[in-house]
Amino acid sequence: MKIAVCVKQVPDTWAEKKLDGGDKTLDRESVDGVMNELDEYAVEEALQIAEANSGEVVVVTMGPDKATETVRKALSMGADSAIHIADAALHGSDALATSLVLAKAIEGKGFDLVIFGSESTDARMSVIPAMVAERLGAAQLTFANKVEVTGETVKIQRVTDYGYDEVEAASPAVISVVEKINEPRYPSFKGIMAAKKKPIEAVGIGDLGIDAGQVGLAAAASQVESFESAPPRAAGTVVTDEGQGGVQIADYLSAQKFI
Amino acid sequence: MAEVLVLVDHVDGAVKKVTLELLTLARSLGEPSAVFVGDGSDAAIATLTEYGAANIYVADDAELGKHPVAPKAEVLAQLVAEKSPAAVLIPSTTEGKEVAGRLAIRAGSGVITDAVGVDPDLTATQSVFGGTVIVKAKVGTGTPVITVRPNSTAPEASAGAGAKEAVSVSLSDGAKKATITNKVTEEKGARPELTEAAIVVSGGRGVGGPEGFGVVEQLADALGGAVGASRAATDAGWYPHQYQVGQTGKTVSPQLYIANGISGAIQHRAGMQTSKTIIVINKDPEAPIFEIADYGVVGDLFNVVPQLTEEVTKRKG
Ligand SMILES: Cc1cc2nc3c(=O)[nH]c(=O)nc-3n(C[C@H](O)[C@H](O)[C@H](O)COP(=O)(O)OP(=O)(O)OC[C@H]3O[C@@H](n4cnc5c(N)ncnc54)[C@H](O)[C@@H]3O)c2cc1C
Ligand SMILES: Nc1ncnc2c1ncn2[C@@H]1O[C@H](COP(=O)(O)O)[C@@H](O)[C@H]1O
Repeated sequence: MKIAVCVKQVPDTWAEKKLDGGDKTLDRESVDGVMNELDEYAVEEALQIAEANSGEVVVVTMGPDKATETVRKALSMGADSAIHIADAALHGSDALATSLVLAKAIEGKGFDLVIFGSESTDARMSVIPAMVAERLGAAQLTFANKVEVTGETVKIQRVTDYGYDEVEAASPAVISVVEKINEPRYPSFKGIMAAKKKPIEAVGIGDLGIDAGQVGLAAAASQVESFESAPPRAAGTVVTDEGQGGVQIADYLSAQKFI
Repeated sequence: MAEVLVLVDHVDGAVKKVTLELLTLARSLGEPSAVFVGDGSDAAIATLTEYGAANIYVADDAELGKHPVAPKAEVLAQLVAEKSPAAVLIPSTTEGKEVAGRLAIRAGSGVITDAVGVDPDLTATQSVFGGTVIVKAKVGTGTPVITVRPNSTAPEASAGAGAKEAVSVSLSDGAKKATITNKVTEEKGARPELTEAAIVVSGGRGVGGPEGFGVVEQLADALGGAVGASRAATDAGWYPHQYQVGQTGKTVSPQLYIANGISGAIQHRAGMQTSKTIIVINKDPEAPIFEIADYGVVGDLFNVVPQLTEEVTKRKG
């Protein structure tokens, strides 16, 4: 069984994220990059499925050279090899372009499963897995908090507002996972050493048959026109409870017409 | 006036509030038309008309309900091709965003997710990076596909023509590859849905255990609100995961958010910072959540919250 797992490098959650004043894209240079947290769950799930089905796990990432750190992390967790799509033309790509690049990198390589995190912490769009499924014409099994693979059949529990849906398909399938699905492993020392020798295939858009005009900032189908810092919330009132704290809040809520 | 398509969010014909918000918003952009996919359209038509739908496109072939996400995207893609609308508005829910993504590919359109407002010239406003940055963005290619966060617009009735038109779609092979075999409903009490609720009462590690959520639930019920939780609380198994608010949980934007025993880590704030009014109860005066509170009480939640609940019940009754 051949499994692709898509991971993204994102700015560290604790870093202050900024937009670049020039081209209004996310400033990825000035902040530390980490693997998108939800993608750690995707890697873990891929490894568990591979372990149970004597499979192979290939990491796929699109991002600047620096994203190699994130690729190495996935390899040190136990993935076998990686495809890293880095190309100056990709800077500023939107979801349409990102999904195109990922789909082209995955297409025709005989993957049975493609596993994603369900959301990146920087873009927070939650659209890439569905868009890649659409482009590949493969089954979409997204927002899974449970995945069961039995031969060709893949079954998931898809998280919904009311509970979950059981959704089933024959592979090849595109899966995205939510964080309750597993407990991602930490890379072991041995894993970190082994990762240094694992192959990372560097790919440019030309290798994927993609034209520079189809991706990047200039091709983006939506544009950021302007941005500004949100006005800080006006300082509120803070009181110390001296036995009437609940009543004081109720007074405030009454004044604001909530009750 | 140009048509603006609104995808109806409903459960068996019971229309969700976010749909009415989107119809209201669509009226400021053009002429709203509702797109209803699934069973129960008869029950929905009166409400959709009341909130301004000029046309109501109904796709109710049983096949559509058997597969997740893709059928809705394909119904919308067909309507975009046939009707050339000015824009498509979709509720910014888990499924809505996925529908928008697939539609964008089919229609060759740019997509904007999680808008908190849309101007008459179709510029969308987004609140990003946990509410710290406000972005104005516009779709430059194709029919704009925009998902709009619940609670972004106050729904207002204003009757439309409500002309029903049946739509039939033959699904692509790709859309039929995943099949829903069962729908499981977990403890959906009488409370409003978290992302839609006008009032959210949340509990964190400070509630001390699953039983501690009792006081949180009682306050939520007194106010007619939904219950939320911090990740510390859901990770500990004190409250179900689907109620987690924050960066890796739900994003909520209610009129009123009451945080009980929550410290206000950046990841939690990312999911609730755009709430209109924020009330905080925490025994640590240094807790960062106080920085964004409109009104805060430093105290033990087990004293303050029950007193507040009693007071709310008294004043409402
Ligand atoms: C990548 C990533 C993603 C994350 N995503 C999320 C997310 O989506 N949502 C989320 O919430 N967190 C998220 N977190 C976790 C986040 O960093 C915090 O750990 C979490 O929000 C803390 O929850 P808490 O405020 O309930 O707990 P704590 O930080 O432990 O705070 C508990 C608070 O309760 C107060 N308290 C205790 N007892 C009482 C009492 N009797 N009365 C009044 N006050 C009391 C304490 O003073 C304290 O301030 C994420 C973390 C990471 C790294
Ligand atoms: N540049 C990228 N390279 C690889 N995977 C990505 C990239 N962008 C997004 N993804 C994957 O898509 C998921 C959802 O991302 P998003 O739609 O941006 O919220 C992430 O969790 C990743 O698994």
